[in-house]
Amino acid sequence: MTAPAPVPSVVFPYRDLLGIEGLSPEEITLLLDLSERYSQANRRPGKKRKTMRGRTVINLFFETSTRTRTSFELAAQRLGSDVINMQVADSAIKKGETLVDTAVTLNAMHPDILVVRHPESGAVKLLAEKVDCAVINAGDGSHEHPTQALLDAQTIRARLGRLAGITVAICGDLAHSRVARSNILLLTTMGARVRVVGPPTLVPTTFERLGVEVHHDMRRGIADCDVVMMLRLQTERMQGSYVPSTREYFRFFGLDYAKLSAAKPDALVMHPGPMNRGVEIDSEVADDFGRSAIQTQVEMGVAVRMAVLKVLTRNVDAGLAEPPP
Amino acid sequence: MSVITGGPSGRTAYLNARLLDPASGLDTMGDLLTVGGEIADLGSGLFKDGAPHDAMIVDCAGGCLAPGLVDMRVQLREPGDEHKETIETASAAASAGGVTAMVCLPDTNPPIDDVAVLEFIARRAREVRGTKVFCYGAATRGLEGAQLTEMGLLSETGAVAFTDGGRAIANAQVMRRALLYARTFDALLVQHPQEPTLAKDGDMNAGEVALRLGLSGIPAVAEVMMIERDLRLVESTGGRYHAAHISTAAAVEAVRAAKARGLRVTCDTAPPYFTLNETAVGDYRTFAKLDPPLRAEADREAIVEGLADGTIDVIASDHAPHDQDSKRQPFAQAEFGIVGLETLLPLSLALVHKGRMSLNALLACLTVKPAELLGLPLGRLAKGAPADFVLFDLDRPWRIDSDQFRSKSKNSPFDDAPVQGRALRTVVAGRTLFTFDNITAAVA
Repeated sequence: MTAPAPVPSVVFPYRDLLGIEGLSPEEITLLLDLSERYSQANRRPGKKRKTMRGRTVINLFFETSTRTRTSFELAAQRLGSDVINMQVADSAIKKGETLVDTAVTLNAMHPDILVVRHPESGAVKLLAEKVDCAVINAGDGSHEHPTQALLDAQTIRARLGRLAGITVAICGDLAHSRVARSNILLLTTMGARVRVVGPPTLVPTTFERLGVEVHHDMRRGIADCDVVMMLRLQTERMQGSYVPSTREYFRFFGLDYAKLSAAKPDALVMHPGPMNRGVEIDSEVADDFGRSAIQTQVEMGVAVRMAVLKVLTRNVDAGLAEPPP
Repeated sequence: MSVITGGPSGRTAYLNARLLDPASGLDTMGDLLTVGGEIADLGSGLFKDGAPHDAMIVDCAGGCLAPGLVDMRVQLREPGDEHKETIETASAAASAGGVTAMVCLPDTNPPIDDVAVLEFIARRAREVRGTKVFCYGAATRGLEGAQLTEMGLLSETGAVAFTDGGRAIANAQVMRRALLYARTFDALLVQHPQEPTLAKDGDMNAGEVALRLGLSGIPAVAEVMMIERDLRLVESTGGRYHAAHISTAAAVEAVRAAKARGLRVTCDTAPPYFTLNETAVGDYRTFAKLDPPLRAEADREAIVEGLADGTIDVIASDHAPHDQDSKRQPFAQAEFGIVGLETLLPLSLALVHKGRMSLNALLACLTVKPAELLGLPLGRLAKGAPADFVLFDLDRPWRIDSDQFRSKSKNSPFDDAPVQGRALRTVVAGRTLFTFDNITAAVA
């Protein structure tokens, strides 16, 4: 007598996408494969689909953003959804409304998906607990930015063909970066080796607990890497509190050809944008289309967000929505 | 100043010396040969078949020949306060005291918080061509304890370590980030360990003497509090830390315990803290006004003990020149600090004469230990090492006379003090920068 075959479980059965943490390699792969299909479709004319016709997506941004908001907006429109953008300047938060009150108010309007960015870590999860619709974290404080990590991963897959076994150096202000946290979680889950590089004020050794190598010397940190991922350094952190000056930062941690020569000859250069040219990245490197994947990242951004919107819509329709992992 | 550069071949032979090299433990009668700026050879019986014919001969007459002193705490006052001291006068004072390398604190005016200031001092030192000069970089901009300096660029320009000089880095977050950031370049952070809120407006050590004189006190606890706070930060950041001029028993104990725990911690003291106690303030003597202040007798004894057991790594002069106007003031208004370059060696040798330290152990605190701490290839009496050394008479008794100081400033509480041991000749990079009275010197 043979044992009963295991019931095939649904991949990615969640209502929300609040972070990369807790996702399995299969779940990440599902989203990336779907992204790849959308990225090909996006290159053809006639991009608009009916997948989300009649749905409402609200982009709720408590922090100014142009590219992420635009990317989500475009993704939702291409899937046929209605989209409303709410910036913090327009919202009642400015008039003293609490986050939870805002959530309850929006919930009463019955949106299908809320895309939320908030300057405080954990705020998006708090909001998600108070609404009935699906929630996508578009960046919460220094915590997570899952769609950025997915688009970075899809960019690497598109350019290098795989994630497992490659070495990625993430350089710069790791301490305050939600992009870095989500990328570390995703890349290590997918079997890539990750190094983090920067001065100890921005890259505390505690990062070792996340299963990555910590380096304080740029050349050693990016030596033989397949991907060099630069992070944006906020100007207010370069006035002497974390880093003494932009010129010193560029001298020791800015990505120029001299330092890049330590990486693999065809190593990919990435940056989540917007770039500080001459601070964390040299213009020549940023504009080198052979090396720089920065344009591909933007392209993949729309595709990845379409994939996430599609999967969350599917889950609601199929009654699959589980509490977030 | 007479500068003798050697024989026609640039060679100089030093005969009949007690050769002392604390790094290797060498302590033997012998000879030493310099060629140009380097020690070419040394050892007992080196010239048993006669000294080289083309060398200049210096008969050391049995005197001690040791690596030149590396003084890791000197205020050069140039740029900014040239009426108190210049690189040239400090160099003359250093040579007279057997000091061959000075490390300049960043509290010049402007402070050494920018590469340009460091380059200026380096250029002036090259022009003076005397004692070797090295510089600290400021740890924070303007020594204001708030924003980090460009430690990487300063290190590349030659800064040997980072400190805010005579000011404590008081803000714990700034200190933590300075320790972290310095790790990028494996740089040493030197703290003036004093809790400023406790030391504020203080004139001298808090205690009976201050009470009787009606002066406001700086409590001994102000020092150990700052060190203990810093040690916690060192432990959590993995930084390299050095506590400057420690003066209290509690501080010695804190450093001793930290070393036992394996932390990367070192410290130094200065001669007044193992030579004098708070009673030296006597009748409002502003020459005995120091920062940190002269402490109680039990503290002085603990400093000696700390040196003897190796807890205290380095003795530095903490040379702080001040003109008469700065010191001839009511005690509370007088400046802190004393000159020390010319008294560093004789005051330190007292520890040997009193049997508290061996000669080589003491010399290590003045030469190779500070050199290694700051990553300087100095402080060795060895083949191939730079020809920076001092010939001194270990036993010669004399009285310190501040009128004879080559320093521009004469602020010393040790004027007229009887001491034993004196520098006779000081050589930097093979060039004799200083000789004392009737030492034989002739070209063969």
